[in-house]
Amino acid sequence: MTLWVGVLLASALVYSWKLLGHLIPERFVRNPSIRSLAALLTVAMLAGLVGIQTFVSAEGITLDARAAALGVAAVLFFLRVPFIFVVIAAAAVASLLRMWL
Amino acid sequence: MPSEAQSVKAISFGVGFATGLYGISFGALSVAAGLDFWQTMVLSLLMFSGGSQFAFVGVIATGAGVVPAVLSAWLLGVRNGFYAIRLAPVMSLSGILKPLGAQLTIDESNAVSLSQEPDLAKQRQGFWLTGIAVFIFWNLLTAAGALLGSAIGNPADWGLDAAAGAAFLGLIWPRLKESKLLVLAVVSAFTATLLSSFVPAGIPVLLTAGVAVIFWIIELLGKSK
Repeated sequence: MTLWVGVLLASALVYSWKLLGHLIPERFVRNPSIRSLAALLTVAMLAGLVGIQTFVSAEGITLDARAAALGVAAVLFFLRVPFIFVVIAAAAVASLLRMWL
Repeated sequence: MPSEAQSVKAISFGVGFATGLYGISFGALSVAAGLDFWQTMVLSLLMFSGGSQFAFVGVIATGAGVVPAVLSAWLLGVRNGFYAIRLAPVMSLSGILKPLGAQLTIDESNAVSLSQEPDLAKQRQGFWLTGIAVFIFWNLLTAAGALLGSAIGNPADWGLDAAAGAAFLGLIWPRLKESKLLVLAVVSAFTATLLSSFVPAGIPVLLTAGVAVIFWIIELLGKSK
């Protein structure tokens, strides 16, 4: 398989997942227990991403500046600080810690 | 938390810009892996799913070949399908909007939409604005990364890797008031982190779907009593 064929085929395959979810009949996705599963899946996968993005590096599981930044972010979200300021604060904490340590 | 007072526009723009900056890394990595400029751009324009794109060029970079690269990208795209199932009844897309909306069904657009529950109009606005913002920034900065290579520097120096985690935390934050979802989130984050030592990148997040299914079954059993 040439690289170009691979690029196009993989793009089509990834798109097929996205489209498939939107093509499932309405009555099926409106079923309350299916709605509930979709919501649980979303929260679980996004939380999984937070875990991976915060505690995993190329070397394996690590506790570094990202964990401190996530802690600061959690406190700021708790204090109802606007979203964009929290994200900037988290980046600043990680960036400064790396500069100093 | 993204309170009602915070505009969906501001959140969408912030998420779009922060995510888009990763496009620089993707563009640079892709060219370094041996893809040319247009192959890199086609991935960002048509595949448009960060996890799958990084996996594709990552496998190519190891020299494992095109077929394993296609399979990894495909497998990692599954979660967008789950997001689409959540989004379909919220968005009620029809005609040309359905295939367009499908392309914008990614982590960020679904997460911003989720953070606006239960307001239907804001959930829809959050999906479109975030999807479009990420698409524009992601593609522009992929092009910048592919052209300039690693000369731009590492996004981690700016703390952008930490910003990504904080952003996703903020987007699920409103849901964590519900104790069941808080427990689910903590268990899922632990599960994905621990599994990362045993399975290839990208798979741990997919396996958290198993955690969600277990919670779902417990919920169904609780209701049937």
